[in-house]
Amino acid sequence: MARMKFLCDADRCIDCNACVTACKNENEVPWGINRRRVVTINDGKPGERSVSMACMHCTDAPCAAVCPVECIYPTEDGVVLHSKDLCIGCGYCFYACPFGAPQYPKVGNFGSRGKMDKCTYCAGGGGQEEAGSAAEFEKYGSNRFGEGKLPLCAEMCSTKSLLAGDGEIIAQIYKERVLKRGYGSGAWGWLTAYHETISV
Amino acid sequence: MTVSRYFHAVLFAASLALAICSAPALAQKLGPDGAPNPTASSVQEQQLLNELSRIEGRIDIPDRKAAVLIQPAGRMWDYFHEVLLHWGAAIVILGTLLLLGVAYIALGRLPIKEGRSGLKLARFKAIERFSHWLTATSFVLLGLTGLNITFGKILLLPVVGPEAFTAVSEVSKYIHNFVSFAFVVGLVLIAVIFVKDNFFQRVDIEWVKQGGGFIASKHAPAGRFNLGEKLVFWLSLGAGLAISVSGFLLLFPFSVTDIFGMQIAQVVHSAVAVLFIALILGHIYIGTLGMEGAFEAMGTGEVDLNWAKEHHDRWAEEQIAKGNGPKSPLATPAE
Repeated sequence: MARMKFLCDADRCIDCNACVTACKNENEVPWGINRRRVVTINDGKPGERSVSMACMHCTDAPCAAVCPVECIYPTEDGVVLHSKDLCIGCGYCFYACPFGAPQYPKVGNFGSRGKMDKCTYCAGGGGQEEAGSAAEFEKYGSNRFGEGKLPLCAEMCSTKSLLAGDGEIIAQIYKERVLKRGYGSGAWGWLTAYHETISV
Repeated sequence: MTVSRYFHAVLFAASLALAICSAPALAQKLGPDGAPNPTASSVQEQQLLNELSRIEGRIDIPDRKAAVLIQPAGRMWDYFHEVLLHWGAAIVILGTLLLLGVAYIALGRLPIKEGRSGLKLARFKAIERFSHWLTATSFVLLGLTGLNITFGKILLLPVVGPEAFTAVSEVSKYIHNFVSFAFVVGLVLIAVIFVKDNFFQRVDIEWVKQGGGFIASKHAPAGRFNLGEKLVFWLSLGAGLAISVSGFLLLFPFSVTDIFGMQIAQVVHSAVAVLFIALILGHIYIGTLGMEGAFEAMGTGEVDLNWAKEHHDRWAEEQIAKGNGPKSPLATPAE
């Protein structure tokens, strides 16, 4: 069984934010919510790198562990999904997430959070809705994964910096790139997300 | 060789070693073909994490907290919440209940030694009781809803099923959020009303020497509040302050602090809450099951004269001297 992962090759990312736009459009993510974002490290300084980040679909996902209503779970492909029917918007998954992935629509008083929203790996939702249905799309966004496609952010990355797919295959692609070009700033977030990194 | 010369030699050796080690790093800036090596000066994830424990950058979207790229501390918070807090809270709370059970078996319900006199002494005014019960009611609601968010998934979820548990937890969340304000109001009232009677006094030392009222043969003197009650007051005030401040930080997420601050606030909030619950369990025990004649002080506001003389002799004398002594049930106004 394939284990789905994301890998951002920071030496290729040009901070164009097309992944962010693709994600918002494909999933019709509401205003104020960003499932994917690009962060630039050492902006304007030598050695600056940009990294596109969303939910990394962690191994032993901390969000799933801390969820007080147990609405977050990994699928057999290693994609971390959640049920918006069960989520109570407590915000714990945001405290636990190493990548700042969970997002909450602002509803009601004080800092009240609505149902959590995050990257679904374009694999629909973790609720009761039928896969690929309009009801599922409404709550969670696109289910490209069910159609045999990978997340749109990675699929349309112009520099092929953002890779999605089976962890072993994308790690192999990254390794070959690093060997060929002779440098690589590392698989950002892998050690934290998957307890392993890619050694070249 | 003197110490200072020895020191200089070490320093020299160290700087030499440093120079040798850093030489290859400089050489790496150029590739084998003489072209600049793009990663020689590139930021490295592991290096950044070692230096700052989290990676932050610049972001184009207005959500400033999204500029934190990687914060491995999230996994540590996960460990705190799922392992340390679960075990710690279970041990502290169940341990307290066990101790109180043992105390009840060993000591039983402490009786009024002289028996009831039938004469009543006013102990708590209406506003004092209102403050107490406002705080008490909100404390119980906050405690139960708080325990639900920590232990509900272990204890309640398997029993009622996910849908019903979510319904309960969502209501719990709102109760917890709103009742917090009532708790803070109660806490402030209690602090203002009772602080004057809770300063430590010489009599408190004597109270400890006499066994705090737990030794039947001895009499422990006390003013309006004994040392045990004063400790409950000050500890509740401290815990209440910590829990209120951390709670409001959590209630207005990211308004004051960043992600690390939020994690710390949650750790403080839950750890203090567990200790607070243990303290209040003891307080509830001694005020209800543990002692005859104690509950009515906060219930009706009046205590039996013999109870007052036994537990708060100095206060009872003061009240009588002030003319606030017990009214004989037979006495009628001289009209």
